[in-house]
Amino acid sequence: MSENDMSENRVTRDGLRGERPGRDATFGNGMAGVDGSPRRDGGRGKRRRRGEELAVPPADFTSYYGRPVIKAPAWAPADIAGYLFLGGLAGAGSVLAAGAAATGRPATARAMKVSSLGALTLSTAALVHDLGRPGRFAHMLRVIKPTSPMSVGSWLLAAYGPLAGAAAVSDLTGLLPRAGSAATRGAALLGPGVATYTGVLLADTAVPAWHEAHRTMPFLFAASAAAAASGMALATGPVAENGPARRAAVLGAAAELALTRALHRGAGLAGETYGRGAAGRLLGAAKALGWAGAAGAALLGRHRAPAALSGAALLAASACTRFGVFTAGIASARDPRYTIAPQRERLSGGAG
Amino acid sequence: MATHEPTSEPLPLSPSSGPHLLHGPEPAVAADAGHDNPPPRMGFFTDTSVCIGCKACEVACKEWNAIPEDGLDLTGMSYDNTAALGASTWRHVAFIEQPKPLGGQEAHLGEAPGAPSDLRWLMASDVCKHCTHAACLDVCPTGSLFRTEFGTVVVQEDICNGCGYCVPACPFGVIEQREGDGRAWKCTLCYDRLGAGQEPACAKACPTDSIQFGPLDELRERAAARVERLHGTGVPDARLYGEDPGDGIGGAGAFFLLLDEPEVYGLPPDPVVTTRDLPAMWRAAGVAALALLGGLAAVFAGAGRNGRTPRGRNGSAT
Repeated sequence: MSENDMSENRVTRDGLRGERPGRDATFGNGMAGVDGSPRRDGGRGKRRRRGEELAVPPADFTSYYGRPVIKAPAWAPADIAGYLFLGGLAGAGSVLAAGAAATGRPATARAMKVSSLGALTLSTAALVHDLGRPGRFAHMLRVIKPTSPMSVGSWLLAAYGPLAGAAAVSDLTGLLPRAGSAATRGAALLGPGVATYTGVLLADTAVPAWHEAHRTMPFLFAASAAAAASGMALATGPVAENGPARRAAVLGAAAELALTRALHRGAGLAGETYGRGAAGRLLGAAKALGWAGAAGAALLGRHRAPAALSGAALLAASACTRFGVFTAGIASARDPRYTIAPQRERLSGGAG
Repeated sequence: MATHEPTSEPLPLSPSSGPHLLHGPEPAVAADAGHDNPPPRMGFFTDTSVCIGCKACEVACKEWNAIPEDGLDLTGMSYDNTAALGASTWRHVAFIEQPKPLGGQEAHLGEAPGAPSDLRWLMASDVCKHCTHAACLDVCPTGSLFRTEFGTVVVQEDICNGCGYCVPACPFGVIEQREGDGRAWKCTLCYDRLGAGQEPACAKACPTDSIQFGPLDELRERAAARVERLHGTGVPDARLYGEDPGDGIGGAGAFFLLLDEPEVYGLPPDPVVTTRDLPAMWRAAGVAALALLGGLAAVFAGAGRNGRTPRGRNGSAT
């Protein structure tokens, strides 16, 4: 570092005195100006690297040329929103499998074990595929970090995966039935964690629509997982066994709809991204499919074809919910208003 | 930035020793990360009031760190054709043109020579803040991001697997995955140069000492004196950004003197580390998981064993 040897230099009304004013340069005496306020505009939408148009509404906030403050995740929606859906389906499905096995519903139990194993396998593939360096996926298990939801999730999946796999393989082959039952119960205990930690995964970011709803997100994901898994049970289990699945479908779908509304309202200014654009359409579809699936399960679930259709609707509703939440978060990250305006309000409110 | 009331008690989440806070002041950040007898915490004080927008810092950073070229676009944003910090831009000079007089400085941009200018041109060199509570480091699942003995935050490129979680975690939009490479990259505060007793390349190259490198305590004192001096000479807009250990990130290791609101420069006005709320999130996830387990168990309990009559105790499977 240079020495502090330039303090005699001044910028005066007659121009610069001395060659290098350096860090102690002084200037002006009227920087507050006439209006004294920073420029207020909605930002100007300029060229952006990824090509899409910024939808910056005119509002009382300032930004740097309308550019986003935070960076949106580069996660591929098919991989990560797909994983949110499949992870929920697998986790809640393991609970249904154990419940069905324990209450004399072996065909449903087997279907749900296979479903969970399949969903988990696809999940893992999607997660590895989304890595910038897929060959280094094993680095996920280098450390255990409670401050990293992704680390916690990796360890959860590492424990849950073998249990879900053993439960399905034992049921399908008839091998080691006692170990298979133990694995079924173990997967049912870890499954809810697999289904809900993903809510923390999204909320533990600076993405306004996700973080502002951090208390709601895990509950929504639990409900969405229940709706998806009961939908799968309705679609694949025999009608004679589907009493619990019908009730779980109604409960899960109703909770999913209610919690989506809570998410919308609880995320402050950024909550509006849940009602706009692609996210709004996805969540609208989730609502319609959820109602249809729940009504179908409740009223016509004792019949094979309506039960299967209702189950498919609930699966689709859960998938739409996850993709909708994901898409809304990306939109809220790309618009500087959702980052700046609430922070500015917090400062001016003085609440701190 | 305002001081934040904790929404919940901080949990000692790290399995290692010591009180690891998730927010609030943390004076011994390197020692808390496990470094024995660490050197003083080092950082940047970027005084934008003397920045001349030469971009020597951007160039020096690119050269020293061998960062690849990442676009030669004309953005239309004044003289800023770099646009933002990112995977391959670790120093970024912002240019802001404002219809606001700059005191006695003659900008020579008006139509009439000698007429008072109604334009001021702000320049500011942005960089990774090396937060006391760094969300990128907290959420990194591989341990690739770590706290150095100098209290800075650095990515280990041989560990990073490109999960991309640090990218949306950063409240400043600093860290980013590099296209074609996949891994996350950001300013290292020239960790290699620090280890050899050198100052970072950007500070070395800065011709006006707008970028000042040194022990954070010393920089904070110097910055406070500088703000006081500017206020005394008629620059009431001068304010510090990121220097307060009581702010939402526990204070930045790289802080700034700004001449307008932070958002004018593209900085968040009141950033808060997302992991401040992590204990509340884990509690919510735990309750939600139990609700899911309990709810589905209740559904089966209510339906009873399979059979024609619900709750039939001896109904064998049909």
